[in-house]
Amino acid sequence: MDTRDTAEQAELRRSARQLARELGPSTVADLDDAARAKRLAGAVRDAGWLSLRDDGGDGAPLASGVEAAIVADALGGAVADVAFAGPVLAADLARRAGVPAGDGPVVGFASSLLDAAVVPGSVTTATIHAVDSGGELDAAYVLVPEGSDHRLGQVRIDGAHGAPSDGSDLTRVVHTIQPGASVELVPDQDRGITRDDLARWAALGLAVTSADLVGVMRGVLDVTVAYAVERRQYGVPVGSFQAVQHLLADARCLMEGSVSVALHASWAVDNLAPQEACMAGQVAKAYCARAARTVCETAIQVHGGIGNTWECSVHVYLRRALLSSQWFGDDGEQLCQLERARLGAVDGLS
Amino acid sequence: MDFRDSPAEAEFRARLRAWLADNNPGLPTSSTDDEYWARQAEWHTSLYDAGFFGLSWPARYGGHDLPTVFDVILDDELASAGAPPRPSLGYLVQGITVHASDDVKDRFLPGLISGRERWCQGFSEPDAGSDLASLRTTATRDGDDFVIDGHKVWTSYSDVADWCILLARTDPDVPKHKGLSAFAVPMDQPGIEQRPLRMINGITSEFGQVLFDDARVPAANMIGAPGEGWRLAMTIVSHEREPGELGYVARYKKTVKDLEATVRAEPGAFRSDQRASVAWANVQAEMLRLHVCRRLSERLDGVDHGPGGSIDKLLMTWVEQTVGAAALDVSGPQAVTDQDDVALKIYLYSRAQSVMGGTSQIQKNIIATRILGLPQS
Ligand SMILES: Cc1cc2nc3c(=O)[nH]c(=O)nc-3n(C[C@H](O)[C@H](O)[C@H](O)COP(=O)(O)OP(=O)(O)OC[C@H]3O[C@@H](n4cnc5c(N)ncnc54)[C@H](O)[C@@H]3O)c2cc1C
Repeated sequence: MDTRDTAEQAELRRSARQLARELGPSTVADLDDAARAKRLAGAVRDAGWLSLRDDGGDGAPLASGVEAAIVADALGGAVADVAFAGPVLAADLARRAGVPAGDGPVVGFASSLLDAAVVPGSVTTATIHAVDSGGELDAAYVLVPEGSDHRLGQVRIDGAHGAPSDGSDLTRVVHTIQPGASVELVPDQDRGITRDDLARWAALGLAVTSADLVGVMRGVLDVTVAYAVERRQYGVPVGSFQAVQHLLADARCLMEGSVSVALHASWAVDNLAPQEACMAGQVAKAYCARAARTVCETAIQVHGGIGNTWECSVHVYLRRALLSSQWFGDDGEQLCQLERARLGAVDGLS
Repeated sequence: MDFRDSPAEAEFRARLRAWLADNNPGLPTSSTDDEYWARQAEWHTSLYDAGFFGLSWPARYGGHDLPTVFDVILDDELASAGAPPRPSLGYLVQGITVHASDDVKDRFLPGLISGRERWCQGFSEPDAGSDLASLRTTATRDGDDFVIDGHKVWTSYSDVADWCILLARTDPDVPKHKGLSAFAVPMDQPGIEQRPLRMINGITSEFGQVLFDDARVPAANMIGAPGEGWRLAMTIVSHEREPGELGYVARYKKTVKDLEATVRAEPGAFRSDQRASVAWANVQAEMLRLHVCRRLSERLDGVDHGPGGSIDKLLMTWVEQTVGAAALDVSGPQAVTDQDDVALKIYLYSRAQSVMGGTSQIQKNIIATRILGLPQS
């Protein structure tokens, strides 16, 4: 057992953090700087990060779940306003269906783990969400049941049935697709998406959303510790007050625990049996989602009045954490799944 | 990154599993302290003789010179086999290894590691807990000996120990942190009186008070140089704070497994909040297991975590207390109607984790100032 980064992983971590720091928003006002956002998107694409889960030639992805998580962590840490996890998850699903990689549509699904992504028949009956797929999206993947497996369907995003919506997160776009939107099977599929495929895909989704949360915690803590050193009251830095110190110490511990579970989940995606990989993701997500919320709330508290203003960046982190928590299911959802798997289902109780 | 066993680790795991199949005494059920300690001592010897103890310690003193990740495998397998955890001595071994002369190491480490001799840690005093450096027990030079006078408290296992690693003031004229020295003091002598303390759970007397009245220790038993006692104590407590040293992870996982089995056996008997409490305890215990894997892997680079141990200690504390709370939740009314309820004992015992080895508040002070770089209050 050796949980350390390989040399390549360490290099990716370093360069991803650097790029995200340099091109990500440094202030809330920066979020309106379209030229900067465009440079960031271009840099992420040119670095090849969107194709990490494309077919590497033999059906296996170009890079492992660990690499995807490393980039997600870096982008989360800088609250980088660029589509990453959406396209990567879409590519992963397309590869599993044997669809050639390309500039195709990107996948979306609603808050619960898998069910809401399943479209019975060919018409969506529930609202679904395409998360983090960039602003200009004209179609999204959905899963169409076929026996015990699935095939990849495509739903058009147009004015009538789907549109980008203003969600809580100021750094990523969510498209909402209304019931009634029509679904067509994606042509060129070599094979169905099996239950195992789906479990691994969900494991990847849980791993990258957990990694994003880890990044958010690191980023918001850095900002907050720096503020606590600078801000003075009673003639001393507020960071010298024990009540403040203890809040931040707790937050740091929550972040460290999250790093440990999220690392394992990202490794598990390609290395454990599908159901175990999924369970590793559920453990990570349950822990990271709870931790991230507490850490972001702590950050707001330590900033005092300023922390409750639009101009102060801490709410950008909290908002991002809220979306990453819900995406693929929040802590409550993961705990329910784990409970069912480990304690057995109970009629009438969930 | 690879969480799987390497070939050498897999071989070790298989060998250990085979041995455990024939040599597992099982966890002690309710027993008196004396019985408990006798069984623990037997278990220590048995693990040691079979070559499964002291994995990451120097071979010269009875260890095996293996990377610390092997300890994770040992803990894992002991827990899943329902065997007693490994004896936790790592922090004492570490303190002696780092600070003692070769002579002192040669004299004491083999007995400590093999379990032939038992040790306790005499740091805390009635008026010196968190503020340990203010301790008042004195060691005064008298020929080839030091003479010890003072009062230690909360000393775990003091009544079964052969030796005490004692922190005492040897120089009253220098600042408080600088005047302390450490000694290996023989416990079986006329100047030492034991007063056992009954623990919060009502059953064990895990710790006690130790009174020193003209007790003697040869000067050659000083561990480290005169005045180096504080540094040695800090080495010891920083390792005491790392869950990887303690084999606790496995204990928590075992408790969670037992709770899960209880709920699974009678699904209709538990409310959803009780189920949720167990599910959350599982997430916490799994987090700590993975966290220990990460920390021990980092040590492959020779990284010394220093104050990072305080982060680990807090995580471990939260896990133990979450698991303890889950046990209480699952037990329900029985915990208050049955003084011997296992869950009640687990819960009450878990309260100590945020006190021993430095309280949670002290750990947070360390994290704030030494890790986050916040100004001193
Ligand atoms: C089960 C158990 C086993 C133990 N085993 C041993 C052993 O083997 N050997 C040994 O030497 N000791 C042992 N101890 C003692 C332990 O190390 C001390 O109890 C601990 O360091 C706290 O000291 P105290 O009890 O004097 O509490 P105090 O220091 O009096 O603390 C009381 C309260 O004040 C808080 N406080 C104190 N100072 C500060 C500060 N600067 N900032 C913020 N809050 C503060 C504490 O967090 C605590 O909540 C053991 C304790 C327990 C419970």
